[in-house]
Amino acid sequence: MKIVENIKAGDIRAVSRVIRNIEDQNPQVREVIKELYPYTGNARIVGLTGAPGAGKSTFTDSLITHYRNQGLQVGVLAVDPTSPFTGGAILGDRIRMQKHAQDSGVFIRSLASRGALGGLAEAVDDAIYALDAMGKDVILVETVGTGQSEVDIMNNSHTVVLLLTPGLGDEVQTIKAGIMEIADLFVINKADQQGSSKLYQELQKLLEMSDFAEAGWKPPIMLLENIQDSDRFFTKIGEIKEKIDEHYQVLVEKGLLERREKRKAMVKLRTCLQKVVLAPMMQELQDSGRIESMLEQLVCKDIDPYSLAEDIYAQYKD
Amino acid sequence: MSENKLRIMVAKPGLDGHDRGARVLARAFRDAGYEVVYTGCHQTPEDIVSAAIQEDVDCIGLSCLSGAHKILFPRVIEMLKENNAEDITVIGGGIIPEQDFDKLYKAGVQEVFTPGTPLEDIVSWIDNHVTPRDQELS
Repeated sequence: MKIVENIKAGDIRAVSRVIRNIEDQNPQVREVIKELYPYTGNARIVGLTGAPGAGKSTFTDSLITHYRNQGLQVGVLAVDPTSPFTGGAILGDRIRMQKHAQDSGVFIRSLASRGALGGLAEAVDDAIYALDAMGKDVILVETVGTGQSEVDIMNNSHTVVLLLTPGLGDEVQTIKAGIMEIADLFVINKADQQGSSKLYQELQKLLEMSDFAEAGWKPPIMLLENIQDSDRFFTKIGEIKEKIDEHYQVLVEKGLLERREKRKAMVKLRTCLQKVVLAPMMQELQDSGRIESMLEQLVCKDIDPYSLAEDIYAQYKD
Repeated sequence: MSENKLRIMVAKPGLDGHDRGARVLARAFRDAGYEVVYTGCHQTPEDIVSAAIQEDVDCIGLSCLSGAHKILFPRVIEMLKENNAEDITVIGGGIIPEQDFDKLYKAGVQEVFTPGTPLEDIVSWIDNHVTPRDQELS
């Protein structure tokens, strides 16, 4: 396919076009991804997550500059939420990153979450393949503003950076399950605001109680403050970038990269099974109208949902 | 399963820091069900075109209150052509005197909206004139 060649050659329009089709779930796009897949796996993927307004886009913007200074090609996927009422979305992450608009070594794409609940958009994994295949060395994935349980980013990244800000609640918040567990790096942003030392201590306590022997890496806690002093802010993000790079090195040296890649592959396989096996089964039931009588049977308690599912599966297996 | 969503970019070219209007529009477009890329103030035509291509938008809405629309709007369209992206519809709005409309239309601006235009009129114009791009892959 010509578009595959164009993507591999780094053609911006080809890449943005294919991402559009991934988002719109064009059935044809699967063929493109199949051909692209062998050319992926070269990019390092860094996930950035945190509450709305925590500073993810500003952080991403600065991180882009650091990677560009190193001569690396950078791709960015930035997700913002879709309205549950109208299906529309405001994609505003670019506002903070527009100074890279004309840098041909940077490709930034905003994605709307379109109903996905894990903090990303369904299109993210395939869009990562596209950016990877076009030759990006580093791909930064910015989630929607997250709360406690949007942890899909862990399945897409080599390194997860969690941005926190002071003032988000009492000490129980830091020991809650979910997003606090997935960070490879904690960044306390706006650390010049009241409450940051308390948050720092809470995080320290949290980390003291955890066992990192298996993970091979104890997440560092970095402070980031005073964006008005732009030189210092930029330098500080450089230090955080060093930590991100260090984390990746640890993954490589300790043989942990493969484990992450396998986890990623597992999640992707499950998604694909859903699309390739389950979705057509459901579609067929709907198209043939069989679904109606099945729903009636369930409502009337003529059959239980497990037995019905087993029956349907048995029919398909033959 | 597949669904073509309209993607639109709201952009403010030039030295103009007044983006209340642009944000109101972005909000109205969101409520119309579009995916709206907003890039903020002080954008050069180069910034706008480069972002529009990366974002694969169907339409760009340019807002300008500074009086520089006669230079900036045509420049955006020129640059879209240079990048083989003239299929992106360009509309404009802001403080634009009526005697400038023709020049903008000639340059390729599809429609001009001035202050006081009801939001519904703008949305319905877009619904009638812009369709989400065909899904062609080859």
